[in-house]
Amino acid sequence: MTGQTQTAGTVAGAVAPAAEARDISKRYGATVALHSAGITIAPGETHALVGRNGAGKSTLVSILTGLQRPDSGQVRFDGTPAPALADRDAWRQRVACVYQKSTIIPTLTVAENLFLNRQAGRGLIDWRGLRRRAADLLEGYAVAVDPAAPAGSLTVEQRQLVEIARALSFGATFIILDEPTAQLDAAAIERLFGRMRELQAAGVTFLFISHHLQEVYEVCQTVTVLRDARHILTQPVDTLSREALVAAMTGDAGETLAGIDRPAVPESAPVVLDVAGLGLAGFYQDIDLRVRAGELVGLIGSGSSGKVALAETIAGLRRADTGTVSLAGNTPKPGSVPAALAAGLGYLPQDRHREGLVPLLSVAENATLPITDRLGPAGIIAPTRQRAVAQRMIEAYDIKTDGPHQPVNGLSGGNAQKVVLARALANDPKALVMVSPTAGVDVRSKDSLLRAVAEAAAQGTGVLIVSDELDDLRSCDRVLVMFHGRVVREVSRGWADAELVTAVEGVEQP
Amino acid sequence: MTGTQTIAKPPAPTGGRPGLGGRIPLARLRDLALVPAILLLVVVGAIIDPVFLSSANITNVLQQQTELALLVLAEAIILIAGKFDLSLESTIGLAPALALALVIPAASNGLGTELPAGLAIPICLLVGVAIGAFNGLLILRFKLSAFIVTLGMLIVLRGLQIGITGGQNLFDIPPSVLYLGNAVWFGVPASIWISGTLFVVGIAALGFFRHGRAVYAIGGNTDAARAAGIRTDRVVWIILMVGGLLAALAGLLMTGRLGSVAAAQGDGMIFTVFAAAVIGGISLDGGKGTLFGALCGVIVLGLINNILTLAGVSAQWIQAIYGAIILIALILARLTSGKAQD
Ligand SMILES: Nc1ncnc2c1ncn2[C@@H]1O[C@H](COP(=O)(O)OP(=O)(O)OP(=O)(O)O)[C@@H](O)[C@H]1O
Ligand SMILES: [Mg+2]
Repeated sequence: MTGQTQTAGTVAGAVAPAAEARDISKRYGATVALHSAGITIAPGETHALVGRNGAGKSTLVSILTGLQRPDSGQVRFDGTPAPALADRDAWRQRVACVYQKSTIIPTLTVAENLFLNRQAGRGLIDWRGLRRRAADLLEGYAVAVDPAAPAGSLTVEQRQLVEIARALSFGATFIILDEPTAQLDAAAIERLFGRMRELQAAGVTFLFISHHLQEVYEVCQTVTVLRDARHILTQPVDTLSREALVAAMTGDAGETLAGIDRPAVPESAPVVLDVAGLGLAGFYQDIDLRVRAGELVGLIGSGSSGKVALAETIAGLRRADTGTVSLAGNTPKPGSVPAALAAGLGYLPQDRHREGLVPLLSVAENATLPITDRLGPAGIIAPTRQRAVAQRMIEAYDIKTDGPHQPVNGLSGGNAQKVVLARALANDPKALVMVSPTAGVDVRSKDSLLRAVAEAAAQGTGVLIVSDELDDLRSCDRVLVMFHGRVVREVSRGWADAELVTAVEGVEQP
Repeated sequence: MTGTQTIAKPPAPTGGRPGLGGRIPLARLRDLALVPAILLLVVVGAIIDPVFLSSANITNVLQQQTELALLVLAEAIILIAGKFDLSLESTIGLAPALALALVIPAASNGLGTELPAGLAIPICLLVGVAIGAFNGLLILRFKLSAFIVTLGMLIVLRGLQIGITGGQNLFDIPPSVLYLGNAVWFGVPASIWISGTLFVVGIAALGFFRHGRAVYAIGGNTDAARAAGIRTDRVVWIILMVGGLLAALAGLLMTGRLGSVAAAQGDGMIFTVFAAAVIGGISLDGGKGTLFGALCGVIVLGLINNILTLAGVSAQWIQAIYGAIILIALILARLTSGKAQD
């Protein structure tokens, strides 16, 4: 460890750390999630916690918020030992948290979710007042939703904003944000950072987790790196270069992500995805787009651009008012997912928490779900074949797991994500639509995922990547920009970041 | 394509402008969905037989439903919390049977302890609470499935009752135990007052108090509820005990109304309990539905039963027809709510 490393407890003489975890170890069965790791967070700072998928970040968060008991080690807040695990109220006074896994209750209204378990004191709940308070709170985050609507009707992004608004509204002086930005667009991230800076100025301490390293440099003062369940370093952000940070996370010299070189797609290649004159009131209008076999096409736009709704329409999750979607020359029945899949579509949905995986099945079973017919004759699934296929996927996509037999609910957020992607690519779709494919995936794994996607394109799949991550789009042959429901611009490879960003913001007139 | 089922529908677009009250939320409307059905049944009943609308008949219908209503109240709260309790239908028999066996003489099939008769009611209620607590122990501490635990308890408790009473019906009932099931307060049977009051208390608790809303939160997403500071295990435990208590109370009412405890008291009721809850909009998944809806479900079933009797459907057929109507009602509830009842 470097000389600058602050290990727990060395801030002698200074004020007690806002939060401190010392010598924490935690195992899940055979998996060591944390191995005598620690973190010391000084009051008033925004402290970044980074590390690859499965490094143990979320496990540390669950221990810092009192949801899990560590096998050994202690947690302190402001120098005093943490309350008993059963005393949830005491924990909540010390720390508020946006967890990586959604803690929105879909059957309750937005307002009630925001004020869950604090709707009222001992007396009657004033529902009207509650809705009004919720509306005020949401306004601060520019979330245009009805507080009386059930939370299950929100989009992924809106739900994330509700979680953030809730965590920040407690008046807690220590707030943990576990990958809050993974599902947000640039404008929402800026608003979040603005709120964080205001609160920080008012003395609030943050622990911030993200796989977007530029965000770490943007809002954090100190960074702690975990690798393979261990604490690697804690250092002021401005003394650590991006390369050194990536090296600390991965354990080897980092290389920054560049576009993958791919041959140009010939004009003669057949069109595998043809969207003509598509429109859906309230989301998008007059969309025409064509993806050829072997082509990688990007689709970028802000949260309100309608790009996710467009992807969902192609996948049959929504039904367009006008226009058609053709897949490899066929026009599947609109609004039907099975029809779209049968026509040769592969789809990676945005909401992996809800839609991605069967939680109790193993990695192998989840990853091979769509290709069970290929694992043995007459519908029989040969376990050895299944394991072998899954093992190949685990290696190809860099999935950190005990092995193909592990149930997916024991995977870290990013690793679960990789299983979903592996599955989308498993049955060699003719056209592949992916929404934010690398959300929650660490820097190095992003690279292997995008390589796998480019590989699929080289095999003749036409790919549409819907994302606001510029890094996801670097290998694309062309990128379409959506703004307020229309495709306003198309750029081909070699675009400059600034060019794309201004188009996304709608600054430039098309 | 096997991947299909794992892709859920995206949320429907929510209305543009956030409104503050004013319009009635959809959930509230679904709550009232059974009110027209009840009105329709009243009209049908009145046409079939003028006796139907007489206050004697209405009182009779309501009183017969009070025991079911209490079980549905208990089951609805437990279902909203995302749990199950099948053993309620045995508690309704065992709790009064055990309490009586402890107070009546051995000659009347008692256990011979002959405790003071005044203890019968407290013992009965305590037995209900204890059964709920024991269910809670198995479900929460030993992490067993609520379904299988309470199914086992259903059988064990029924067996206990038969063992204790030697399979005999108990007739020698002290007046204090008979009182609640027979008394008339202000012209209306006490059991109707009691059930009605408890429903009002339940509706208020689950609708307007923080601890009541915790039940919905637990049923909707237990991890999220825990993260929000709700002591999920404790709440579920309390609910299971309240469930047992309500079932024991229902047992008292039934004992008073019938003047005896049959060896099979409550046997087979659990299907009707679940049917009323589900028709009333309670989701077996937890987190959804209201007690008002459940109450409407009880009333609908009571009216159907009464109309079948008044219409002179032969006693041999009434069970089959009643069951079939419940299934049809479930299908209708499914169609009108547009949501799968899984
Ligand atoms: N409930 C669980 N059961 C079994 N193993 C678990 C469980 N939760 C976490 N793990 C394991 O612990 C390790 C650390 O997981 P954790 O969620 O802390 O990672 P993370 O750093 O948050 O990763 P990500 O960036 O992907 O969110 C992983 O290997 C994971 O498989
Ligand atoms: Mg995590």
